[in-house]
Amino acid sequence: MSDSTATDAGDGVPHTDTVLPEPLSGAGYDEPSETGTEKGLIVETSEGAQELFPRTQTGPDELRREAGAVLRLPEGVVINADDIDIEVSDDETMIINMGPQHPSTHGVLRLMIELDGETVLRTKPVIGYLHTGMEKTAEELTYVQGPTNVTRMDYLSPLHNELVLSLAVEALLGVEMPPRSDWIRMLLVELNRMSSHLMWMATNGMDHASTSMMIYGFREREMILAFFEKTTGLRMNHNFIRPGGTAADLPDGWEDDVTVICDTVLPRLDEYDELLTGQPLFRQRSEGVGNLSAEEALALSLTGPLLRSTGVPWDLRRAMPYLRYDEVEFDVIVGTFGDNFDRYSIRLNEIRESIRIVRQIVEKMPAGDYRVQDKKVTPPPRGRIDESMEALIHHFKVFTEGFRVPEGEVYVATESPRGELGCYLVSDGSPKPYRMHIRGPSFVNLQALPLMMRGGLLADGVVACSSVDPVMGEVDR
Amino acid sequence: MTTTTDGDATSDAPAPAVSTPRVRRDSAQEILFPTREQYLEVVGGLRDEGFEMCADLCAVDYLTHPGRHLPDGMVPERFEVVVNLLSLSQVRRVRVRVQVPATDAEVATLFDLYPGTEAMEREAYDLLGIVFTGHPDMTRILLPEDWEGHPLRKDYGVGRVPVQFKGAPGPR
Repeated sequence: MSDSTATDAGDGVPHTDTVLPEPLSGAGYDEPSETGTEKGLIVETSEGAQELFPRTQTGPDELRREAGAVLRLPEGVVINADDIDIEVSDDETMIINMGPQHPSTHGVLRLMIELDGETVLRTKPVIGYLHTGMEKTAEELTYVQGPTNVTRMDYLSPLHNELVLSLAVEALLGVEMPPRSDWIRMLLVELNRMSSHLMWMATNGMDHASTSMMIYGFREREMILAFFEKTTGLRMNHNFIRPGGTAADLPDGWEDDVTVICDTVLPRLDEYDELLTGQPLFRQRSEGVGNLSAEEALALSLTGPLLRSTGVPWDLRRAMPYLRYDEVEFDVIVGTFGDNFDRYSIRLNEIRESIRIVRQIVEKMPAGDYRVQDKKVTPPPRGRIDESMEALIHHFKVFTEGFRVPEGEVYVATESPRGELGCYLVSDGSPKPYRMHIRGPSFVNLQALPLMMRGGLLADGVVACSSVDPVMGEVDR
Repeated sequence: MTTTTDGDATSDAPAPAVSTPRVRRDSAQEILFPTREQYLEVVGGLRDEGFEMCADLCAVDYLTHPGRHLPDGMVPERFEVVVNLLSLSQVRRVRVRVQVPATDAEVATLFDLYPGTEAMEREAYDLLGIVFTGHPDMTRILLPEDWEGHPLRKDYGVGRVPVQFKGAPGPR
């Protein structure tokens, strides 16, 4: 007791809120006084300027943005900060943190929410808790090693990440891919889309307090992951789609496995319809919640189910076909109202469309090579290594030094379950990328969240966050 | 005009009043090379032309690879801001590449044209240290506020952690 009183007395500095806390390693931190610990805690949890500040400390520009007025205003219109919102005064609103360790933020997403009672006024996503510097790491890895890195970005659709990097590298290399490798890739990517959407159905169900849906979604997803394990050796983070083709051919009897998956999942989707789609409680919680307009979606660069839910029929598989998507039949699912229910039904029906595509792939799968027979890119087959010294050297060179990619830059985009997954790749002619930038759809789509949550209830915010379907591994990279 | 160090290139470059940027088309990729002054005008023009969406915005540090291929008269600078625009109505992509000098790493924000660039510009600022003037919230987005340096710059030290293998002979 005497210690603490001595500290209080000896402190001398008036304790005000406006004084910035000292750094953690500061001299004052060493003595465990009460005020010191308090200061230390503030330092540990604060991200400074990235945070959401009280209304009084917020400039009009930011207030306008956070109030959801994201669309460009006509020339000459000046926004006055006082006109924007609302009669709320600062002491009636409360800023709370949701996350980063909150189960319904789908990972380490931190939302700072300004609440007036239970109504959400402003939201600011604070991200970066899962940042691992993957774009920097990519510059240190060869093109052969690259897929092991990118596959960990969007961990729910790892094959899409591998695909987009491989397509970018192949575009720079200018190699012509054998048809079978394209079809194998398409099969895996569509199955991955199904597993990703099923996972979303599960977590979205849980956010709607339907825990049985959560179990069902995981059950179906596990079937697909078992097939991935059989094919690639791993349930996730496969490193199977590589520049120049795939790592191996499909296993024997893959047609049967895939057909069983399709035959099992399809009737179960009808069960989901009964469980959720027709359910009055579910509909009341999702219809008309988290609305977006097509204008807003385009302005905010939203893609994937978020954009399609507003009625814009934009799917890169249809609009700018890559692989062999122009040779299969499928429908682009489009919503009308841009609310959570539309996004739910789009994802549900996209599973059906993926099943349709997978069935066509089973019929149309051509024979041939599963990787390009370009000696510069592809290591020699295993059998040759035992016979020939040159093949052994070649194999060694491909996996240690890697292959060289011509100088240039390219942007390749694919349709991942979450939207446009792009890869901007710059090569300086060495075996490592000079710069690799991944355009993560979740990263961009997350910008819609303040708009979707605005004016709604906090409980609806949980559902809105779920319907964006952010994967934090991709948001933070 | 960008701040140029090479005298010859300056004479080749068009006067600032000319707002037509250099264009290159190769293998289905359309690339525009405006100067920093033309940048906003060019992107605004593209938006009016029907490029409704800014699909991607990122930056590249060309510190260790200065000899890249640029149109004649273009002076390579250390940084480059790369904007990928998308037209849904014309099903077309166009890429805009702007040179940004290292001494004055600033470029105008696209926030007023495409609000969706908000997070992307913050990312470019965070990882490469390019300031987008006029951006409403130019703060770090992925790294903590007190982080020093911009990791995707080529002169950023990555650091190493020595690995001790079990049973390996000690240092000789």
